Amino acid sequence: MSAGGSKAIRGGLALTALGLVGLALVFWLALGFTPVERFQGLPQKIFYVHVPAAWSALLAFALVGIVSILYLWLRDPRLDLFAESAAEAGLVFSLVMLTTGPLWGKPVWGTWWTWDARLTFTLILFFLFLGYRALRGALSDPGERARFSAVVGIMGLVLVPFVHLTVYLFRTLHPQPIVLKPSAPSLPWEMLRTLLVSLGVCTVLLAGFIMTRYGLGRRLQLTGDQDAG
Amino acid sequence: MRGAFAVAAKDVRVEHRSKTALVSAIGFAVLVLVIFNFARDAAAVSREVLAPSVLWITFTFSGVIALNRSFTLERDNAALDGLLLAPVSRSALFLGKYLANLAFVFTMEAVALPLFVLFFGVDLGGRLPAIGLVAVLATAGFVAVGTVFAAMTVRTRYAELMLPLLVLPFLLPPVMWAVQATAKLLGGRPLGEIVGWLWLLGFYDLVFITAGLLLFPALMDE
Repeated sequence: MSAGGSKAIRGGLALTALGLVGLALVFWLALGFTPVERFQGLPQKIFYVHVPAAWSALLAFALVGIVSILYLWLRDPRLDLFAESAAEAGLVFSLVMLTTGPLWGKPVWGTWWTWDARLTFTLILFFLFLGYRALRGALSDPGERARFSAVVGIMGLVLVPFVHLTVYLFRTLHPQPIVLKPSAPSLPWEMLRTLLVSLGVCTVLLAGFIMTRYGLGRRLQLTGDQDAG
Repeated sequence: MRGAFAVAAKDVRVEHRSKTALVSAIGFAVLVLVIFNFARDAAAVSREVLAPSVLWITFTFSGVIALNRSFTLERDNAALDGLLLAPVSRSALFLGKYLANLAFVFTMEAVALPLFVLFFGVDLGGRLPAIGLVAVLATAGFVAVGTVFAAMTVRTRYAELMLPLLVLPFLLPPVMWAVQATAKLLGGRPLGEIVGWLWLLGFYDLVFITAGLLLFPALMDE
């Protein structure tokens, strides 16, 4: 690995900067070059932040689960660090998702919060991230922390289909899938374009956050080792 | 399997000799029932509507509180090291701990259920075996998850707080299913309507008991 994770930090910061420029582009596209939705009006613009943030949060969650499995198999501390970084970045994106959701829900649904299927599902996801983070904070031995949090990450991954099933047995207020469905996306091209750009941007931001956090953690790991030796 | 039974028998024996934890857990469960009765606006919410939720909140909260005991027992006097040195596989150790926890939580539920019927004036009719089956299936799942997590949280500084934080999201599916099934049973609906929930509960048990058997060894190696 590079000296103290500097390379990861530099790469991560570069990606984050790129993502932030992209985010400005998304705002510009969404406000200036995308038609206003006929029924919802301007609040619908939140769509271009809300959905991509949800995407990044889910992606981060999947990464935590998969990397946790790899950790228990290979026992490489770098994998544990990666899972930790992905979990923290995922926590950030799920917070964005959970704050933009009510802001959009109030004008359109008439309520800040409702026990709708997708809302409940993502809230549980958020709590899983939170529990994962809290457990890490409460353990001091690095080996133990890595093994324990890997188990939590895997258990979380196993739980997700159950929560999904449970909440979908109840009715949902959310729109049915409009992009990822068997037939062609039922979205005007300009809206789809803005959404796709925003999805790309949020993925880059997620990668940037994870890499930066990983680099910082790596630096801490290495200097910590020197102190111990 | 013999190792698992030996571990479970040891835990049951320890509990049988002191009885402190069991009595406290039952006391806690009864208190939850009592508080629910006063937290309910009798004019607005009928007992029948609230009863299934009250039953399941009582069972799960008391269950989670009780699970903490399972590994604090081993932490004191470093008893866990002794267990790990014993010629018992890690999976058998999990199974033993799991069985002992099940016995503990089932006992608590067996005491709380009649009191629930008494306090809430619920008419079980001939539904006791069916409600018992729902309780067994739902408890089997959440105790499996709780046993895995209790083994971890006991090593943390705030075990009593950390265990519910980790376990409660996992309890959402089985509790939701159990409440639905219990409501149908108390409402006198035909048994056929709860078969789907029972299958889901059974599947959840199977998945998380397997997960526990596979993942528990990773928690125990040094």
